[in-house]
Amino acid sequence: MMRRGFVLPYLTGTPLGGRILIGVLVLLAVLVPALNLAVSPDSMLHVPTYVVALAGKYLCFALLAISVDLIWGYCGILSLGHGAFFSLGGYAMGMYLMRQIGDRSVYKDPVLPDFMVFLNWKELPWYWSGFDVFPFAMLMVLLAPGLLALVFGFFAFRSRVTGVYLSIITQAMTFALMLAFFRNDMGFGGNNGLTDFKDLLGFNLQSDATRAGLFIASALALAAGYLLSLFIVKSKLGRVLVAIRDAESRARFLGYRVEYYKLFVFTVSAMMAGVAGALYVPQVGIINPSEFSPANSIEIVVWVALGGRGTLHGAALGAVLVNFAKSYLTGAAPEYWLYFLGALFILVTIFLPKGIAGLISRAPDSRIGITGIGRRLSQFFARRAL
Amino acid sequence: MCAVLRIIVCVFAAALASSAAAQNDETTLAKLIRDLGQKSFAKKSEAIDALVSTGDRRVVTVLEAMLARNLFRRKADGAILLKFDKDGKAVFQDPLNQAAVADTKKLKKVRINNKLRKKLRGVIGSLSLQDKDPAKRVSAADAVFKSRVKGMSGPLQAALDTEPDDAVRDRMRRALGAIQLVHSSNPDSRIAAINTLGDFIDPDVRSLLNSLLVKKSDGVFAEPAKRVRDAAAEVLHAAERSAAFWDAVQNLFQGISLGSVLLLAAIGLAITFGVMGVINMAHGEMVMLGAYTTFVVQEIIRTHAPYLFDVSLFIAIPSAFLVAGLVGVAIERSVIQFLYGRALETLLATWGISLVLQQFVRSVFGPTNREVGTPSWMQGAIQTAEGLTLTYNRIAIIIFSLVVLGVLLLVLRKTWFGLQMRAVTQNRSMSSAMGIRTGWVDAMTFGLGSGIAGIAGVALSQIDNVSPNLGQTYIIDSFLVVVFGGVGNLLGTLVGALSLGVFNKFLEPYAGAVLAKILVLVVVILFIQRRPRGLFALKGRAVEN
Repeated sequence: MMRRGFVLPYLTGTPLGGRILIGVLVLLAVLVPALNLAVSPDSMLHVPTYVVALAGKYLCFALLAISVDLIWGYCGILSLGHGAFFSLGGYAMGMYLMRQIGDRSVYKDPVLPDFMVFLNWKELPWYWSGFDVFPFAMLMVLLAPGLLALVFGFFAFRSRVTGVYLSIITQAMTFALMLAFFRNDMGFGGNNGLTDFKDLLGFNLQSDATRAGLFIASALALAAGYLLSLFIVKSKLGRVLVAIRDAESRARFLGYRVEYYKLFVFTVSAMMAGVAGALYVPQVGIINPSEFSPANSIEIVVWVALGGRGTLHGAALGAVLVNFAKSYLTGAAPEYWLYFLGALFILVTIFLPKGIAGLISRAPDSRIGITGIGRRLSQFFARRAL
Repeated sequence: MCAVLRIIVCVFAAALASSAAAQNDETTLAKLIRDLGQKSFAKKSEAIDALVSTGDRRVVTVLEAMLARNLFRRKADGAILLKFDKDGKAVFQDPLNQAAVADTKKLKKVRINNKLRKKLRGVIGSLSLQDKDPAKRVSAADAVFKSRVKGMSGPLQAALDTEPDDAVRDRMRRALGAIQLVHSSNPDSRIAAINTLGDFIDPDVRSLLNSLLVKKSDGVFAEPAKRVRDAAAEVLHAAERSAAFWDAVQNLFQGISLGSVLLLAAIGLAITFGVMGVINMAHGEMVMLGAYTTFVVQEIIRTHAPYLFDVSLFIAIPSAFLVAGLVGVAIERSVIQFLYGRALETLLATWGISLVLQQFVRSVFGPTNREVGTPSWMQGAIQTAEGLTLTYNRIAIIIFSLVVLGVLLLVLRKTWFGLQMRAVTQNRSMSSAMGIRTGWVDAMTFGLGSGIAGIAGVALSQIDNVSPNLGQTYIIDSFLVVVFGGVGNLLGTLVGALSLGVFNKFLEPYAGAVLAKILVLVVVILFIQRRPRGLFALKGRAVEN
């Protein structure tokens, strides 16, 4: 196996859904920019720029969903605070983009972003230094969420905080961060966050070509994130993770240092979420503290649950489906969106424990598949009748 | 018989004599009032003094009118008239018998200057010092304190001697001290005045004392004698120490108040999460439903039986319990019962329920805040001289939360239902074998927890905005309280809620509200790392589950 290269074995060993995902991503990465840039706007085949931006956003969410699936589906860590890592990556990117604005801002200060001039600050806070250098900013995209996850996870896993307790404190973590980022004197723009970006690496963010480029980058990042996750879960380490998910105490008694395995996968997942956030920010043009809100983080979980936890490609599918429905419903019937989302939470957890991916797959597991659904339905009504 | 006659005669004679005296007074009074119309300000000032010395109640009205420039002199006969505004038209009347006056030709305003104005203010203050209404006497004494007119010390002392009310007497002593401090030339009496004022420290007194300690522009202290300055500084210092103490007391009260709110929000959760082990993310929405039930109850009372408004909360409490409890039972039967043993899935499903409930309430009642009224007996506050403010609604909530906790403990420990509930949570299959309908107990327990959340909503409607997001603001805090206090332990919840509330409020002055909240969250997160099972963890086999 090893002789056949590094990526290939995992590609060939990739489940059908994963192969479809990679194929679709490659196709999208080529077709969407081509149809947007090369085809004239009058043509039927033309993809408008706003669709490119929207689809790019979905791809970022898909990457975020995969990062959650990696820890929830394969290690049983239900993080209700993954939005925090996503937002931290986003803020790191946002800080770079703010520094790129330079003196084109409203107050024309060559160094200070507008909100700092507005707050009457005289110089950049120390933690803003270096963010004008792209490689440093990209490093921070990985390090900021990674470090938070490392420290948080170290304490949490070492003291064996598991299950719902862990879920609740991750939620408290993102809540505390949200409150902190809402404060003006944190130096991250307070309520309004970071916005009004001009360009990225010298490319104008408003131009179609830049947007297409960001779309391709998102597709590549999603593919890379998927393959990395697949690599992890297919490795020996991945098997230990699954063992921890299914019987943590037994894995520990067998001699595995459970907390380090968890810490590793939690940190990798947080970094992936950070990358997703960093790609998301230039495409939507704003990052503000509401991204930290616990509701956002818990919404990510329902993407994964709908798509199918523990499948990776299912998580990506769930993210795209739910967000497509969100874009459509919040436009067409805003008052029904929350009903829809709420019903999704309830129905998926009761009737679709393995998600859409589980529904489609032909695994022999009795609880999965079309017949599985029928069985659960009959179970449901049988228990009702009692 | 003879004695009776004699008494009657005596009474008659007295009445006659007094009426004759009254007649006499009336004419002098009229003459004195007429004197107010003189040209010279000095003469007017004398007339005011003479009027005040009569001690007649109606003088106040006249002098007040003079101060408000509503006093007019009729040129023809020199009569003084009072001007009133009646339905936008000026009406004139006699100052003594209050009869309307028709002849209003050639009226001239009785003019006053700044000196007179100041005098009038002080004098009016002194006259109200004898008023029947204690509140008027207090405001009169405060007026004297503010104006510090030297001549007021006499009337003030006289009023003080006859004053029956302790609280009013304190205000008068405070005013007297201020006059003495400002006008006395004897340093000893100034020191005595400072010590008197030391009993009544408030921002006004503090600024008065501080004014002694500052240097004037020519470099000389406002107060020449050093020992007087020292006395003032000492009093101010003592006041600061006591202010710091009372600040701490106030913080403690606010902390306990916040703690009681957290307690109310968390008690229900302590049952559903702590006892049943069900993560109910829709718990906050049960609180919200309770608050909206209060709103509906009050609306019905407003339109149908306004006289019941003061007891509206007592009607709302059982209603909210029923509404939230029934919704809770419905949730348990329709969703949660299929998810027992799958805590993470329960969390997600109940989160979905919370979204649906929020949107439902938003559709029915609209997204904006709804106003829930406060019954009259919960309005107002206890205010002490030390600046401590204890609002009645907060006090009521503190008591209420303890009552709810106590009743709940009784239900769990002393009733048949509580016994069954504890049996099911400890050993489900064994309870089932003993004939307990575990499904029914589950539903009732969940209903009980939800119903208590509804009751919490009634209390929260008194201090928070009733909006569809009400529950969201409390859900994370409630979970932290339960986890912090120790799952499955109601007294732990009490200790957890109170300590988090007090900790939060003591941090607030140093760190600000938002940072205090963040710090509390961080501390709880760290605490859970140290003791994953909370302050009062269950021991033994129960831990394994």
